[in-house]
Amino acid sequence: MKIIGFITVIITALLLLQAERDFPNWGDPESPASSYRLSQHYITETYHETVVPNMVTAVLADYRGYDTLFETVVIFTAGIAIIGILRVFGGNQAEHKEPQLTKQKPDLILQTTCRLLLPIIQLFALYVVAHGHHSPGGGFQGGVIFGASFILLALCHDLKYAQKWVPERRILNLAGFGVLLYAGFGVAALMFGENFLDYGILTHLLPGSIEEARSHSMLGVEIGVGFTVTAIMFSIYSLLSSNGKMKEGI
Amino acid sequence: MEFLQHIADSFNYWIFIILMMIGLYAMVAKNNLVKKLIGMSIFQTAIILFYVSIGYKENATIPILSHALIHEVHHEEAGHYKEAVQEAHHDEGNAAEAAHAAAEYAAEKAGKYLEHSDHAILDINPDDYVNPLVHVLMLTAIVVGVATLGVGLAITQKLYGEFGTVEESEIIEAIKFEK
Repeated sequence: MKIIGFITVIITALLLLQAERDFPNWGDPESPASSYRLSQHYITETYHETVVPNMVTAVLADYRGYDTLFETVVIFTAGIAIIGILRVFGGNQAEHKEPQLTKQKPDLILQTTCRLLLPIIQLFALYVVAHGHHSPGGGFQGGVIFGASFILLALCHDLKYAQKWVPERRILNLAGFGVLLYAGFGVAALMFGENFLDYGILTHLLPGSIEEARSHSMLGVEIGVGFTVTAIMFSIYSLLSSNGKMKEGI
Repeated sequence: MEFLQHIADSFNYWIFIILMMIGLYAMVAKNNLVKKLIGMSIFQTAIILFYVSIGYKENATIPILSHALIHEVHHEEAGHYKEAVQEAHHDEGNAAEAAHAAAEYAAEKAGKYLEHSDHAILDINPDDYVNPLVHVLMLTAIVVGVATLGVGLAITQKLYGEFGTVEESEIIEAIKFEK
């Protein structure tokens, strides 16, 4: 198996190296990726069409709204799949060869540091979501940071302690709410007779002009993405660390 | 020497290919399921590197407009467009058919911005910013990578609970033995 794998890898590498000759040089301004009119349109028109200075967020949440919606659904589905695979109810199953870490006394320094850091991390996560269309950031990044704050809590204390704030049921509700919030913006646009996820028409609901309505809707869908990513990140951690029992964790 | 120069010119592709092949080899040839997942992660990282490197453009910056730029052009540009609209309306009367259509288009375009004239009309040079599309694609690819890695680890953990091992060959043996 190793030899077959090695030969396959060598052949693929040679083919790729052969193809690499046709690629543009590093940083070439004339490369297809940089000179194609789609890229130019995104760069020159994004601000005029959406009032969002961060083009990445605008392309992510508006021009490619479908892509991002289903990306969020992929994450949601992954979370559901992991729950379906790992979650054990009751806890009498597969008790035999579980590696037991030695139980230690709670560490004062660790817990104090965690208590000090946690609000800062969460505040930063909210900033990353809320300021995502003016500086680097957005729902995915902010959601991951927010999820990481709960993971830190679970690591410094234990999973039981973290679950006081984010119980399993609330996690699932949040994940579903995020996807529905995103899709809700699309449906709201449909209700006004526009295309799905075409936020311009939401100017009837949101303050400001058409362009500002796009900007505000982007914030809304980013918040939805943030909810889902936060919930699923913590859900993945808690299930993997507790072997699906959701009890003590690491 | 020429060959080395060629490698130096396209080192980003070489590194991408080497990383991708490491990942592919780990996925195909390694016996340990966790090592296979590590290979998958390396593979995904290689693709992210590839995309971001083809998006790079010399003398260009990240695709985020600076607030300083926006505020600078803010007022004067809006004024310019008001003038342009008035001019367009003025010319309308005595212009030929073709000019009429052009003026109408300009007026419409300017009017669109004028409805809310507190927004600046920026003159952005596409050469100053890198292509945002590749960054968007990779942003989502990273998150999907995390999701697939999570599912993979969950399956591995379940298999470990079932068979007591993460070695592929031993798991296949155990399944054969059960039959």
